[in-house]
Amino acid sequence: MKISFDWDKKSVEKEEPGFEHKSKPGARKISYASALYETFDQLLSLNDKIFIMGQGVDDPFGMFGTTLNLHKKYGARRVFDTPLSEEGMMGVALGAALTGMRPIYMHNRPDFLLVAMNQIVNHVSKWSYMFGGAVGAPLVIWAAIGRGWGSAAQHSQNLHGLFMHVPGLKLVMPSTPYDAKGLLVSSVLDPNPVMILEHRWLLKHSGDVPEKLYQIPLGKGVVRKSGKDLTIVSASYAAIESMRAAEELSKDGIEAEVIDLRTLQPLDEEIILDSVKKTGRLLVVDTGWRRAGAASEISAIVAEKGFPYLKKPIRRVTSADVPTPACHTLEKSFYFGVNEIIDAVKEMVR
Amino acid sequence: MPIDFESSSRDLAPELSIGLYKTMLRIRLLQSRIREEYPKDEIKTPVHLCVGQEAIPAGVCANLNKEDYVLSNYRGHGHYLAKGGDLKSLLAELYGKKAGCSRGKGGSMHLVDVDAGLLGSSSIVGGGIPVATGAALSASLQETGRVAVTFFGDGAVDEGVLYESINFATLKKLPVIYICENNFYAVCSPQRDRQPLNNIYERFQGCGIPGYKADGNNVAEVYCLSKKVIEEARNGAGPSFVEFQTYRWYGHSGGETDAELGYRSKEELEDWIEKCPVKNFEQFLLGKGLISNEDIARIRAGFMGEIEEAVDFAKASPFPDEKELLDHLYYE
Repeated sequence: MKISFDWDKKSVEKEEPGFEHKSKPGARKISYASALYETFDQLLSLNDKIFIMGQGVDDPFGMFGTTLNLHKKYGARRVFDTPLSEEGMMGVALGAALTGMRPIYMHNRPDFLLVAMNQIVNHVSKWSYMFGGAVGAPLVIWAAIGRGWGSAAQHSQNLHGLFMHVPGLKLVMPSTPYDAKGLLVSSVLDPNPVMILEHRWLLKHSGDVPEKLYQIPLGKGVVRKSGKDLTIVSASYAAIESMRAAEELSKDGIEAEVIDLRTLQPLDEEIILDSVKKTGRLLVVDTGWRRAGAASEISAIVAEKGFPYLKKPIRRVTSADVPTPACHTLEKSFYFGVNEIIDAVKEMVR
Repeated sequence: MPIDFESSSRDLAPELSIGLYKTMLRIRLLQSRIREEYPKDEIKTPVHLCVGQEAIPAGVCANLNKEDYVLSNYRGHGHYLAKGGDLKSLLAELYGKKAGCSRGKGGSMHLVDVDAGLLGSSSIVGGGIPVATGAALSASLQETGRVAVTFFGDGAVDEGVLYESINFATLKKLPVIYICENNFYAVCSPQRDRQPLNNIYERFQGCGIPGYKADGNNVAEVYCLSKKVIEEARNGAGPSFVEFQTYRWYGHSGGETDAELGYRSKEELEDWIEKCPVKNFEQFLLGKGLISNEDIARIRAGFMGEIEEAVDFAKASPFPDEKELLDHLYYE
C-alpha cells in the first residue's frame, strides 16, 4: 500500500500531529513544542547560569512557542532578543560560555547559521582543542529546519552534513517529544558546544513526555522497531518517515529494523553495525543532501567496518543535490516520502 | 625626543612609570630572543612579533585586574605577557611542547592563560572581538565587576563582526573595551588602500559608543586613556572604542625586516624606529631621574635571565605524546 501525501499547509497541520499515536496508558501526552517549552522553563529555574538568546525568543511567536513568555518569568536578562548579527552573537555566546555561563542561542532556521560559520567552525568548535583543553565552551546552538509552503532555497536547508563534518561540535537531531526533552537537557548540561537541529514539522507532533527532567545520553541511538530483513538508519523527521514505511512494510511481511540515531555527533556506530550484522542490509534515510552528507558518512562507516555482513549494496534515500524549490509541485518531487523508502526497501529485500 | 611624555605622564606615580617601562622592556626582550631563535627552525610555528607596539599591551593591561578578561589575536605575545601569562608556558608553546599553555596544540597564534584572564587568541582577523563581548555579557549577567578587553589591528576594522559586536555591547552597556592597534598594515596592504579615511576611532560613534584616538607609542598616554575607559566600563557606563596608532618593525610574520619588499618605505620604518616606545620612555625616565643606568642594566639582566631560563625549559621539555592527538577535542 502506498500513502499519498499532499504538500499544503492545511494537510501538514492536519496530518502531522497525530503520528505519535501509541501513547502508554496513563502517560502524559504533550506536543513536541510544549516539551521544549517545559524543558527550557525547568532548565532556567534549575540554574541561573543558563540563559536564552536569539532573534525573536521574546516575541509574540516565542520561537514556535518553545520560549513563549519565558522572558516575563525569568526577566529580560536571561531571555533576550538579539540583533540580526549571527556571527557576532555566536561569538558573544562563546565568550559567555568561556566565562561560566550556559548560553542557548536560538535561530528559527538553520540557514542563518551559515552567517555564523566563522564563529561556529573557526572558534566555538575548536576552542577546547586549540587551547589544549584549557577552557571549555558549554553552549547550545538551536535551530528548526523548515519545510514546505514554498519555504524555498534559503528557509528549508538540512545542513547537518556540513556541521557533522566539523570536529568538536556535537550534533543532536531528535525525532520525538520525549527525545526532544531528554536530549535538550543533556545538551545544555554538556561541557561542550552542542548544536540541536529540530525539524519544524516535528514541533506539532505529540507524544508521551514525563514532567520531571531527565537526560538522554548524547551519542546513543535507539532501535525504534526491531526487524530481521533490513536496517534503516535515520534521524529527526527521516526517522518518523522510516517508521511509517516500516509499519507499511510489515503488512507485506517485510520486517525492517529502524534505528533512530538521535545524535549524529558523536555517532553511535555500534548500534548501526550490530543491526547490519543481523540484517545484512542497510538503507540510510536522510533529510539532507546526498553528496558528502550524513548518509554518505554512515554508509562509509558500514562499508569499512561492516562489509562482511552485507548481502546487498548499501542504499541511500536522501534529498536531491539541488536547492529546495518553492513551487509546491517541484517541492513534492524534491522531498522523498514514505513511498520512496518503501520502494527502496522492496528492491533491497527482493 | 620624538614622543612627548611630559604632559601625558603628569599623573603617573614613579613606581607606575617604572612598572610600565618594565612590562614593555620584558615584551621587547622576549621578542628579540625569539628573533634570535627563530632562524634555527626549532620554533616551528608562525610568530607574529609586536616589536614597536609594546606600549599598548603594557599601558592597557596595567589597568586590568587578574580577573578581568582579555581576548587576543595572532600578534599576541605582548598581550599575553602584559596580562600576566606565564612566560615558560608561552615559550614551551612556541616550541610545540606539552608544557605549553595550549599543550602544543595552539602554537604562537593561540595563546591562553585562563588563570591570568587571557581566554584565548584567534588567528582569524576579528575573531576574538565578539568573544570578548560575550565575556563582558557574562560579567554583566553575573555582576562580577569584571571588564573585558579585546585587541585587534586595523585590518579587523574592515570585518563586519566588529560592527555587530559594538552594536550589541552598546545596546546592553557591556563592560568591554575595543582596542584597535592601528599599525597601518594588514600583512602588506596599507590602510589607505583598504579604508577611505584615516578615522578608525570615529567610525563607530554612530552606534553610540565613544571613540578615542591616542599615540600608541606613548605608554603614558595609552595608560591614561585606558584607565579612563576601563574605569567607565567597570562603573557601568558601557563600552568604549580606542584607536592607538603604532607601527610594527618586522614583517607580518617572522622576525625579518621587510621594507625591501616595497610595500612600505625604509624611511617610514626608520621614522617609527625613532619613535620606539621602549627606548624613548627609558630616556624620559632617565632624564627625570626616576631610573638610573644601573637600574636599567639590572632590570634587563633580570629579564634576560628569566627569558633564558624559559627558553632552556622549553627546549628541554618533552613534546606531547602522540596519543594526545585525539585529546581535548571535548572539554572534560
